[in-house]
Amino acid sequence: SVQANKEEDNPQKTMEVNGLTLVPDSYDYDLIVIGGGSGGLAAAKEAAKYEKKVMVLDFVTPTPQGSSWGLGGTCVNVGCIPKKLMHQAALLGQALQDSRKFGWQFTEEVKHNWMTMTESVQNYIGSLNWGYRVALRDTKVTYENAYGEFVGPHTIKATNKKGIEKLYTAERFIIATGERPRYLGIPGDKEYCISSDDLFSLPYCPGKTLVVGASYVALECAGFLAGLGLDVTVMVRSILLRGFDQDMANRIGEYMKEHGVNFIREFVPIKVEQVKEGTPGILKVTAKSTAGDQLIEGEYNTVLLAIGRDPCTRKIGLDKVGVNINEKTGKIPVSDEEQTNVPYIYAVGDILQDKLELTPVAIQAGRLLVRRLYAGATTKCDYVNVPTTVFTPLEYGACGYSEETAVEKFGEENIEVYHSHFWPLEWTVPSRDNNKCYAKIICNIQDNERVIGFHVLGPNAGEVTQGFAAAIKCGLTKEQLDNTVGIHPVCAEV
Amino acid sequence: KAAQFGRKVAVMDYVEPSPQGSSWGLGGTCVNVGCIPKKLMHQAALLGSAIKDAQHYGWNISQPVHHTWSVMAQGVQNYVKSLNWGHRVQLQEKKVKYFNLKGSFSDPHTVRGLTKAGKETVVTADNIVIATGGRPKYPMHVAGALEYGITSDDLFWLKESPGKTLPSFILYVSLECAGFLTGIGLDTTVMMRSVPLRGFDQAQMASLVTEHMESYGTKFLKRCFPTKVEKLKSNRLQVTWKNADLDKEETDSFDTVMWAVGRAPDTKTLNLETVGVKTNSETGKIIVDASEATSVPHIYAVGDITEGRPELTPTAIAAGKLLAQRLFGQSSELMDYDNVPTTVFTPLEYGCVGLSEEAAVQRHGSDNIEVYHAFYKPLEFTVAERDATQCYMKMVCLREREQRILGLHFIGPNAGEVIQGFALGIKCGATYPQMMKTVGIHPTCAEEVTKLHITKRSGRDATVTGC
Repeated sequence: SVQANKEEDNPQKTMEVNGLTLVPDSYDYDLIVIGGGSGGLAAAKEAAKYEKKVMVLDFVTPTPQGSSWGLGGTCVNVGCIPKKLMHQAALLGQALQDSRKFGWQFTEEVKHNWMTMTESVQNYIGSLNWGYRVALRDTKVTYENAYGEFVGPHTIKATNKKGIEKLYTAERFIIATGERPRYLGIPGDKEYCISSDDLFSLPYCPGKTLVVGASYVALECAGFLAGLGLDVTVMVRSILLRGFDQDMANRIGEYMKEHGVNFIREFVPIKVEQVKEGTPGILKVTAKSTAGDQLIEGEYNTVLLAIGRDPCTRKIGLDKVGVNINEKTGKIPVSDEEQTNVPYIYAVGDILQDKLELTPVAIQAGRLLVRRLYAGATTKCDYVNVPTTVFTPLEYGACGYSEETAVEKFGEENIEVYHSHFWPLEWTVPSRDNNKCYAKIICNIQDNERVIGFHVLGPNAGEVTQGFAAAIKCGLTKEQLDNTVGIHPVCAEV
Repeated sequence: KAAQFGRKVAVMDYVEPSPQGSSWGLGGTCVNVGCIPKKLMHQAALLGSAIKDAQHYGWNISQPVHHTWSVMAQGVQNYVKSLNWGHRVQLQEKKVKYFNLKGSFSDPHTVRGLTKAGKETVVTADNIVIATGGRPKYPMHVAGALEYGITSDDLFWLKESPGKTLPSFILYVSLECAGFLTGIGLDTTVMMRSVPLRGFDQAQMASLVTEHMESYGTKFLKRCFPTKVEKLKSNRLQVTWKNADLDKEETDSFDTVMWAVGRAPDTKTLNLETVGVKTNSETGKIIVDASEATSVPHIYAVGDITEGRPELTPTAIAAGKLLAQRLFGQSSELMDYDNVPTTVFTPLEYGCVGLSEEAAVQRHGSDNIEVYHAFYKPLEFTVAERDATQCYMKMVCLREREQRILGLHFIGPNAGEVIQGFALGIKCGATYPQMMKTVGIHPTCAEEVTKLHITKRSGRDATVTGC
């Protein structure tokens, strides 16, 4: 509870929060944002628009392998951006193959150079880091490349790379510290394995790679590595893409298998040993079956762990200010206005409990939160029907319910699923798979056959799905869908 | 559709060879000399750009790479022939009788079909649907146009490369063809009498499309119109034209001259006057009402041949299906021709749905509309070091409280894929606030639509910066 102390002579407020000791009368900043990623930067830039004094603290703890990066957070440095660019590199490899059938002539085998690609990608990322620093400067947001942690009410300590500590106070805080890849906790994992934090700046070609995990991160990375010509194996503990529509997930897996990615199902690694040093070296992985005692061994140049991500909330002093976190997951529960249990502390982005881990969601939440705080707005972030796309070799776009969740919520007899395979026109001449691309919509029979789920597997799935997400937001029904004429010839018309 | 209702149905299809002698099988313009081969050749051109991009992404491929027309043409023609075959099989399976005859009316219920040799077959029917489409026009006032020029009817069947080409005039057909011809490495010039993409948004979309083509390598002869075409001893073609700006005559030689000056319905040979089916005297198109009925009971028309309808495959298909449902399936649903989305497959594609900016201004007044716009850069262009100057989108909305979306325009890669879903939204009466509530998919080009917030009215720089 917050009590504003009304003193006629003194216009400055003092606050008493949760029975803790009184805090200083004036703060260094109106708002301090801890974390300079998608959510944090969006919030900071928005607050500056309302002439608030804002500070952003961003710091990257290097990975066990020593990788680090600049301002911008996961998306820009080790997430969406480099992922999509490397996915594009792999797609271009396929395009080269197709182009022969369309009349283009060049020598038989075309090889890929990892360093050329990685350098280009890193250069682009560098320009984004720079762009963010300039944007913050232009909007007069103070930026410090320092590790922020709470030390007391309204007070944080910022420690920079050299170990120099400074204290800052603010009226309000937004925690947007994001997540980092999880390790297996087995011998050799931190010494020899890499994660997505290392992959996009790896200064040598990863070679024969074992990807451990079945998340979208695992499948996207495995996908583009295979597309670049590398020997890739994916080790999966149980199911693919947990949380996604399982029929679609299996189709994605099938496609990857048919296009050269090896899968080892129902095994988990129990140790990683180094056979030979080098860049890359040779690693030996021992894995145990989840169904029994069977052990298998394999040798790889690189082992990439993609088994999940953990929120950076354990070491930022949340206990000192009484912010509750889910002890098991580390995630922070918030109200539908992104407020934690401590009224002057808010949180956005991947660290939120029960919210989607997506850049656009973090940005939207951050902006709307700040507008509510400083511009008298009331709009809350709409977390319903948020579209997403998995950029596997065969891309998957989705919005709304998966088939199994729809059945669970509404009952099988109350939903209707319309579906179709399709053959992209561009795949005909080069004779590519003619029954792999697939689309389905899930409709609620009791609500005018309203479209409650949209799923598409095919090229440019993200571009296709975006507009459908807007339509679903407008309450699209099957009838309206039927009445809309298709654009011909494109995939989306299916 | 009619066959599915258990009706006895016949289809009469015939292709009068083009002046250059091109002909094709069952399926109509779209399949044989329209959308399908066009998109495939567009794809061939796009792959040419992809090959250039690939180098930036680490693929070791020695440039420049050359294109062989005959390999592409054969791939495309084989696929088209498989579609012809597919249609014949489908008709057979659905027990629809197929006549490869040139049909014309004897009386309101009788059609006379002729083979090439002149052999006659007479068929009577309760209901007749005219769906004879259109064929490319020739500029008959230009000497040599018919003898020496080709059209899109011929382009897609050429076995050999058209070489240095002059696709003439201004419609989307011309720009699309010029686009892919440039993309596969041919020296291509477009001659335009006046404005490009007539009928599409002129406020800026049309010029952004042509600007991109210019930077892509297509040459433009603006405000010029041809006066004659002559054949040279070398077998090349000499074209003479009038340059309206400089007010003088100019000339140059080309391997191929392609006319894309518009399409006209082939109604003369149908004998429509005999049965009283009314046509528009200027366009020659058949006049129909909202139920696709002509002025004669039991005679209907669908597709490009009907007056006042968009000339698009999907609308023809939808209208045809709905007509059959009304005739034989007890439905009363009419075709909705509003807000039909479309895409122009120029090198940088242009997709749109709803009103152009000028149409919106005309209908509602410029004070009552708000235009949100943005220049954006596709992520894939960054590493490839491609110019994104013309990548642009705009949303035309009503200004009043609800801010309903009247039109959406998008220039960029995969424009068709982007626009399709939004067309659905517009069908549902989408408003600007609903668009803003929709979370974007990252990273895509389409997400920029959900982030549009700078208005033309504000005069602010509309370039999108960073995440």
